[in-house]
Amino acid sequence: MATKSRNLSIAKRGLMSFETIMWVFTRLSALGMYALILFGLIGALIMGARNNMNFADVMRWGFMPNVTHVQNTDLPDTDPWASPFWKLTASALLIIAVGHGVHGLVVIADDYIATEKGRGIVRIISGVMILSMIGIALYLIWTS
Amino acid sequence: MGLNRNVSLMTALRYKGQGPFLTFILHRIGGLGMAIFITVHLLASFLGGSGGRFVNNIYENWGFQIFIFFCVLFHAINGLRITILDLFPKLIPYHRQAITIEWVAFIAIYGFAVVTIIRTGLGG
Repeated sequence: MATKSRNLSIAKRGLMSFETIMWVFTRLSALGMYALILFGLIGALIMGARNNMNFADVMRWGFMPNVTHVQNTDLPDTDPWASPFWKLTASALLIIAVGHGVHGLVVIADDYIATEKGRGIVRIISGVMILSMIGIALYLIWTS
Repeated sequence: MGLNRNVSLMTALRYKGQGPFLTFILHRIGGLGMAIFITVHLLASFLGGSGGRFVNNIYENWGFQIFIFFCVLFHAINGLRITILDLFPKLIPYHRQAITIEWVAFIAIYGFAVVTIIRTGLGG
């Protein structure tokens, strides 16, 4: 291609609309999830994952540090894995992930639904989905 | 509007988007797979009962684990590449090289995960 790639910095592009802010949120929340997942993986290694869990189990804990995700492993005691500290970490990861994920679904839906009314309905559904998913998942995390 | 793109399915399948398009479509498949899996998994865990156990047993099956690990790991590694290129736009001219690095990282991590899952699934 003869045209040069567009490579303006974020500051020069401007942050004007909600969609642009969500574009930045999607990138930053990805980094936030990376940080929390690494945090969970390091925590798992400190709590004894090295001798009692396989690679896939440790990854599953990293992606959602909820105690039910390590109950099928060889861990002698899962109490430290059910502490409020990890429930808070799981809640933070959950809220970021639901925001990132539901917005991603809206982006996909917008590729197929082009009318203003349709897109409005998609946004209402996405709002309901964010609230209900966070509510159900927080209940599961804090009662498990 | 919407779906009317005047492109037949066969033309669409022969689209020469190459590597970058492949990552785009796999990113979507991975994201959708995770969104559906997590929604159903949450509802199954919340509602419980025999139906909930049935669904969660499917999810614990090693065959399904291979699928969901593909979704999660590809989406995560491709997402990191997108994030790095978008936050540092001067790197965008090198996006094909970035995709090569991405595939090396993905195959290494996902390959290790698949070997672990299959060995555990077969009782090894």
